[in-house]
Amino acid sequence: MTILMYVFLGIGAIFNGLGAVALHRFPDVYTRLHGATKCTTFGSIFSILAVVVYGVARGGDVGISMVIRAVLALVFLLLTNPTGSHALARAAHRAGIKPFKAVVDRLEEVGK
Amino acid sequence: MRRVAEVAATFAPAFSVYLVLTAFSGEVGLWSLAELIGGAVVSFLVALASHRLLWERGGWRLLNPWRWAVFLFYLLGPFFLAMARANLDVAYRVITGRINPGIVRFNPGLKTDAGRTMLANSITLTPGTLTVDVDDETGDFYVHWINVRNVDPKPEEVCGNFPNWAKVVAE
Repeated sequence: MTILMYVFLGIGAIFNGLGAVALHRFPDVYTRLHGATKCTTFGSIFSILAVVVYGVARGGDVGISMVIRAVLALVFLLLTNPTGSHALARAAHRAGIKPFKAVVDRLEEVGK
Repeated sequence: MRRVAEVAATFAPAFSVYLVLTAFSGEVGLWSLAELIGGAVVSFLVALASHRLLWERGGWRLLNPWRWAVFLFYLLGPFFLAMARANLDVAYRVITGRINPGIVRFNPGLKTDAGRTMLANSITLTPGTLTVDVDDETGDFYVHWINVRNVDPKPEEVCGNFPNWAKVVAE
C-alpha cells in the first residue's frame, strides 16, 4: 500500500512538474493552456489517487471520509478544469491574440 | 408545477452531493444537525438560481440511469486511456518543444447542448486539443490542436470516437 501510494505521488509530481516546465517552454497562451491545465489535471488525478490509497489503508470513519472527499474533489476538478480552459482560450481569441506560428486558424477566418 | 419539478430536480442532486461531502460529521445518522440544515438551505438557493438553465432545453433526458452507467464506463475506460496516451504525447512535446499548432474546424454532428458540452470538455481534458469555441447554430467545433496533421480534419482525427460516445450518453 505504501509503495503504491509513493508511486502515485511520484507520477503526480512528475506531471505537475512537466506542467510548470510547459509554462516556460511553450510560446503563447493557447499552447501554455495545453501544458498547464492538462499536466496539472493528470498530475492531480494521481495525487488524489495517492490520498485514496492512504484513506483505504487507514480505514475507519476518517479513512472513508478522506476517500469520499478526495474523489469528490477529483470529480469537480474534472468538471471545472475544461470549462475554465475553454473560457480562457475563448476570451484570449476574442481579445485578438493570434495563435503563435499557427498553420491554420479557422476561427479567425469566420470572424467571430 | 413544472417549475416546482425543476427546482426539486435541481435541489435533490445538489443536496446529495452536500450530504456525501459532509458524511461522518455528527450524530443524526452520519451528519450533524447544523450540516443538514445548512446544506438544505444552500442547495435550495442553488436550485432557485439555476433550475431554469439546467432543464430548459431537454435536460430531463439526462436523468436516465443507463446514460450514467455508460458515461461512467466511458470515463474510466476509453476516455482515460486516450487521456493517458495524449498526456505522454504532450509531455514529449514539452520536453522537445516540437509543436505545430493551429485552430482547426470540424463538425461532429451533435445536436444537443449536453452532447456538445460533453464532447467539448472531453476534447479539452485530453492533452494536445483544446476547444476554443462551438458554433451554437451549426455545431461546428473550433479546436486548438498542438500538432496539426491535417488542416481540414475529420472529427476522428482530432478526438477519436469521442463523438460517438457523446451521442450515446447525452443525445
